[in-house]
Amino acid sequence: MKRFGLFWWDFIVGDDWRVAAGIALALGLTALLATTWTTAWIVLPLAVAAVLWLSLLRVAS
Amino acid sequence: MEALTIVLAMGVTRGWRSALTGTGVALLALAAIVAALGPALTVIPIAVLRLVVGALLLVFGLQWLRKAILRASGWRAVRNEESVYERETAAGRAAASEERAGVDWYGFTVSFKGVLLEGLEVAFIVLTFGSTQGSIPLAVAGAVAAVVLVVVAGVVVHGPLSRVPENTLAFAVGVMLTTFGTFWGAEGAGVDWPGGDAALPVVLAFVLVMSLGYVGALRRRRRLVPA
Repeated sequence: MKRFGLFWWDFIVGDDWRVAAGIALALGLTALLATTWTTAWIVLPLAVAAVLWLSLLRVAS
Repeated sequence: MEALTIVLAMGVTRGWRSALTGTGVALLALAAIVAALGPALTVIPIAVLRLVVGALLLVFGLQWLRKAILRASGWRAVRNEESVYERETAAGRAAASEERAGVDWYGFTVSFKGVLLEGLEVAFIVLTFGSTQGSIPLAVAGAVAAVVLVVVAGVVVHGPLSRVPENTLAFAVGVMLTTFGTFWGAEGAGVDWPGGDAALPVVLAFVLVMSLGYVGALRRRRRLVPA
């Protein structure tokens, strides 16, 4: 059962859980801002760029 | 391609019967997964579906993109199908022979596992793209065409597809998954993209330029690291 759970964790989340956590946070923030701010579409692309760069830097440092 | 390498190695060392049986059973299992989950996904409201699918595609796409960028910039070794093939054939020759239900068990299980695990990624992409665009059969047709293409190429080449620029393909897949994940995820979160669907190519260009920029930045960083 533990191996089954680990397989799915590795399959979906992968090497860096912070990427998944960052995306979840960004989507939550987008949903929160979308009700009041028409330019809320900018949040997710910027979050993707930031999350990916931080994840890459962890390997490259 | 990774699955093809494994099946080829098992076919050559353990016999084609066990390798092809394992492949066939894995393909049936994948078809069952798509057939079971596909209709279930279509009853979920489109906004919720896009949010969930967008989030999953983003996380999945960023995994692909991250690995492809690290390989392209020299921070991670590029996957070599030839050496994977040699490793798998050596393991296949060394493994003890055990026959179950008329097939070589090692060849069957290794082929089954390889095709199922690699195929799960394809099934995931088929389900997410198919359900959000309302046409799972079309997405399945695209995936089947890709599988046929890889198998035909494998038969023609008669070996692992070592000359295919695998990392470039992984990079392209990562860019596409991240683009659609960003677009659908934001839509699912309640955002209206400026220009509607016309924003999709702009998001694609953004992800592509960003990724290429990261490859360049990491290459420069790599050169600064003492060997």
